[in-house]
Amino acid sequence: MTDSIPTNASERHSPLHDIHVAAGATFTDFAGWQMPVRYSSDLAEHHAVRTAAGLFDLSHMAEIWVSGRQAAQALDFALAGKLSAIAIGQAKYSLLLAPDGGIVDDLVVYRTGDDHFLVVANASNREVVAAELIERAAAFDCAVLDSSDDFALIAVQGPKSFEILARVAGVDITGLADLKYYRSTPGRFGAHDLLVARTGYTGEDGYELYVAPDAAAALWAAIAAAGAGTGLVPAGLASRDTLRLEAGMPLYGHELDLTTFPVQAGLGRVVNLAKEGDFVGRAAVEAGPPGGARVLVGLRSDGKRAGRAGYSIFDGDTSVGTVTSGALSPTLGYPIAMAYLDAALSEPGTALELDVRGSRVAASVIALPFYTAPDKHQTAPDERKENHG
Amino acid sequence: MADITDLQYTAEHEWVLVEGSIATVGITAYAAQKLGDIVFVDLPAVGSTVAEGKVVGEIESTKSVGELFAPVNGTVVESNDAVTASPELLNSDPFGAGWLIKVQFTELPELLDFDAYTALTGP
Repeated sequence: MTDSIPTNASERHSPLHDIHVAAGATFTDFAGWQMPVRYSSDLAEHHAVRTAAGLFDLSHMAEIWVSGRQAAQALDFALAGKLSAIAIGQAKYSLLLAPDGGIVDDLVVYRTGDDHFLVVANASNREVVAAELIERAAAFDCAVLDSSDDFALIAVQGPKSFEILARVAGVDITGLADLKYYRSTPGRFGAHDLLVARTGYTGEDGYELYVAPDAAAALWAAIAAAGAGTGLVPAGLASRDTLRLEAGMPLYGHELDLTTFPVQAGLGRVVNLAKEGDFVGRAAVEAGPPGGARVLVGLRSDGKRAGRAGYSIFDGDTSVGTVTSGALSPTLGYPIAMAYLDAALSEPGTALELDVRGSRVAASVIALPFYTAPDKHQTAPDERKENHG
Repeated sequence: MADITDLQYTAEHEWVLVEGSIATVGITAYAAQKLGDIVFVDLPAVGSTVAEGKVVGEIESTKSVGELFAPVNGTVVESNDAVTASPELLNSDPFGAGWLIKVQFTELPELLDFDAYTALTGP
């Protein structure tokens, strides 16, 4: 056996850490946090989310408030989307672009009031996103506050999520039964405020609950108790990664980075060029990526050996790209991967080869996403791929 | 399943059961647990010659790829088709049905006993 056994070197702990330890979780370093990678079996956790439900601790995510009279205008300037156009209670997947059109981070923005927006960023980008928002909002009448330490985040994902959430003891969520996809609503858990959103990163129906850190353990326990008998299991980051990959959702640092234009990642629709006024990255995005820029594609390969991040893709003897994420799909049973390829090679059906540690494995381009939930109700087609890391 | 206290071990988290001149080789429960759910196993062919310390196979989980090292010099006399067909046996029964290969050897290198291996992995 080998040296690929993960080490645990990071320091930050989630407010749910002791619960994870008691549940026997294996931990991994994620953006400086010790987070559960799995509790027992990442395949079992993956299947539970597809067939019943999984309970995720996402407390490492960054939450940044943008508040004030001109908060909406500030975000219209700072981000790629038109945040002033979303209604209170609506959520929007967006991008923070660099001036040259590259992607600083992908995020979800929740409008909780006329003048209040919660920006949720990837843990690894917390500092850069907060700093950029402060700088970009400086000319507007609003305040930017990195409140990441004031939030724990618990996600319930899977077809039984609603059934479970509707009966959590001590939880009162305004209009839960009518909450549509990519909408949020306030709630209460005992004496604590909740922000409950019908969002997620698994390709299944589900909810994300933002709560004060000191209430997180009790909320987790209450949800787990409500899920008894439904098939709900605690689920780690390993299953979260295979779930989002099957759903064709990008992960920052893999599919998205500072060198990638949104259109290359299939996120052109996230950039609102029709909105009035300038925004950071606008000129670069209007000019478009350099000629010959590669585009994100899905690959399906033969056998059981997955093409993993960093593996080369060949067209005959020519190296044509690199895998950004890949795994043996637990739901589909065959290896899937995402990769950037020349547009000429991006048509579904294009036959290529993966170099899997020295062996060539036949692969073909297929449309993203690899997997779509069979009965994901209330999901508008253009929202299905909205997502967040 | 053998008594794990009677097995010998390597620092690469493999176990070795010696019976006469045949060494049965597998990975430890510790290794299987650290890898996560194992979804693919590639083993050397029967009849192939293996050299101590050299990579002879692969063990893939959903999250990572591990290499299988030969713990002894010798010839592979049997490889476990059941685990290549059902890699999850490595997670469910690493010391039993999840054995990997049997190697005919002439000389056994120095291996770790149970206490020495346990000291390596911690409690």
